[in-house]
Amino acid sequence: MNGVQVYVPRDSSAVSVGAHEVAAALEQEAGVRLLRNGSRGMLWAEPLVEVVTERGRIGYPNVSAADVPGLVEQGMLTGADVGGCLGVVEEHEWLASQHRVSFARVGVIEPTDITAYAEHGGWAGLHRALSMDPADVVEEVVTSGLRGRGGAGFPTGIKWRTVLQAEADVKFVCCNLDEGDSGTFADRVLAEGDPFTLIEGMLITAHAVGATEGFVYVRSEYPDAIVTLRRAIDIAYAHGYLGADVQGSSLSFDLQVRVGAGAYICGEETSMLDSLEGRRGEVRAKPPIPALSGLFGRPTVVNNLLSFAAVPMILADGGEAYAARGTGRSRGTQVCQLAGNIARGGIVEVDFGITVRELLEGYGGGTRSGRPIKTAQLGGPLGAYLHPDQFDVPMDYEALAEAGAMVGHGGMVLFDDTVDMAGMARFAMEFCAAESCGKCTPCRVGSVRGVETIDRIRGGQDREKNLVLLQDLCATMTKGSLCAMGGLTPMPVTSALKHFPEDFDVAPGSDLADLTPTDSDNLQATQHSAISERSTT
Amino acid sequence: MSAQIDATTRAHTVRAITQGYARERGPLLLVLHAVQAELGHIDDADIPAIADVLNLSVAEVHGVVSFYKDFRTEPPAAHVVQVCRAEACQALGAQPLFAAATEAASARNGVEVEEIFCFGNCALGPTVSLDGRLHGRVDEARLSELMGQWA
Repeated sequence: MNGVQVYVPRDSSAVSVGAHEVAAALEQEAGVRLLRNGSRGMLWAEPLVEVVTERGRIGYPNVSAADVPGLVEQGMLTGADVGGCLGVVEEHEWLASQHRVSFARVGVIEPTDITAYAEHGGWAGLHRALSMDPADVVEEVVTSGLRGRGGAGFPTGIKWRTVLQAEADVKFVCCNLDEGDSGTFADRVLAEGDPFTLIEGMLITAHAVGATEGFVYVRSEYPDAIVTLRRAIDIAYAHGYLGADVQGSSLSFDLQVRVGAGAYICGEETSMLDSLEGRRGEVRAKPPIPALSGLFGRPTVVNNLLSFAAVPMILADGGEAYAARGTGRSRGTQVCQLAGNIARGGIVEVDFGITVRELLEGYGGGTRSGRPIKTAQLGGPLGAYLHPDQFDVPMDYEALAEAGAMVGHGGMVLFDDTVDMAGMARFAMEFCAAESCGKCTPCRVGSVRGVETIDRIRGGQDREKNLVLLQDLCATMTKGSLCAMGGLTPMPVTSALKHFPEDFDVAPGSDLADLTPTDSDNLQATQHSAISERSTT
Repeated sequence: MSAQIDATTRAHTVRAITQGYARERGPLLLVLHAVQAELGHIDDADIPAIADVLNLSVAEVHGVVSFYKDFRTEPPAAHVVQVCRAEACQALGAQPLFAAATEAASARNGVEVEEIFCFGNCALGPTVSLDGRLHGRVDEARLSELMGQWA
């Protein structure tokens, strides 16, 4: 095939700022062979056009359809330094300084090109796993130190071991792709950009635990991910990677996509299982744990997409290679997502241990508005708001917990100094009221009372009494809720008040600003167990 | 989506769709998505038919329809604007944008506005979807331009 190869992402974020129109304009140019890759995760540069040259793939950021004829005339197709050219994309500091494991192929290849997948290291983990005893595959993952990337941080290998040892007529593997947390989009970008990595990770899991059926639960807000995954699954079946006797082995595994229906709570693993069973997505009480009694009461592995996406590399290169990265009990890489009011938002996959400041001010480049940073919310709508003074905390499950925050799914949302933190605290309660499944009272009723109480505080009505009431309410929700939705909603509320009391008309340093109950150690322990046992993506 | 079909045809269609998924594990959400995709909404009259084919109670099916925000029990407007109101888009002005969309929609017929909590486009917000097409970096002027295409 002749012509200059030109990549234009078909990732839905790139498309939201005009990538399809840019692709159409490039197709009008003579000598262009258009390819549609996923996004490199440099979302600040989208639509990012890459031209293949002898030097490598040369990047042109923020191209619009109207720019195309001019750029071509100025020599874009030969890699000329025009239009804010980024040079060779892989050598650009923003990418070159990352350590991409799960995202190694995203943005590089066409998402459903199974040949390119194999040429870029795909299936190596699966082939090694299939040559191993299932128990040894599980131990390899235990060795890697991989912890659940959905937010709970539970050791993946330990979960798998439980499922492997369970006796049942059928076992399931379920991928939680109900990525509902604001500020997180890594699951979507990977599903749209490199779906075979997920399929490979789930196949390895199935072999390790003895499962024969799998489901990918995707939220309905991700229509492009649904289409891409379904296409990839069809192709994998056609090439003998799904179905009976996978690649001539004794493994049989059937996989299908199931679509959610607009309920945030279905990112909580037991709600997701009920939803997969065709029921209301209500949280289940534990025990029993899903590893023993999950989907349709059978032993079930439920992992986040990013957990599965780490598995192929762990099997290909060995658990120790993965464990060699990271810090403390947080091993390997974390896929960080920079979002909100940020100059260079996107995906940064780096070893655990990097500081929040390096991410937000280094990679992120501060606010998009150019105004001073006021706060960042880490780990989704149930995560804490940090004060910039805390930004030197490293990305590490334990270090963040100590700082009163959490890794969550790795999302961080930056805000400039115009944000009203009392308004954000109210929104946290409002969101919980809108999305609570309704099963337990602290969450269902507490969130509604929380909105009302914060409204009274903001309105200056009995401020002192209502702050005490809010403290009591937050303690009840934290300790009494069935899952992380109600249990963690107080986190953004209390952190907003603690770090930004002036937004609540409370004097800095006042006791009223610190809602942490007096038995704080106890609370910390409760929160930690809430996070580690009840994952919400 | 068919605008008007008679009750008998509708009931027949709903049963046929439901039967197509009846052998799947936990098929109810699959069925409801398919009925809505084909007929635009899930009518009260569809629920007993679905329950009958799947051997569920009417209450169980009704409970699922009412639990999930995606399932609508009325036909949709001609045009739907979905505005993300989650934190990352709020950091870039999603709240006033949502208010502007609501006001613009109230001034014309056949447009409805929905709030959405996250499209996963959090690095390029504020994000709006118009009739299923995602747009990033939308300010009030851009929203007005996009909605103007429906004039």
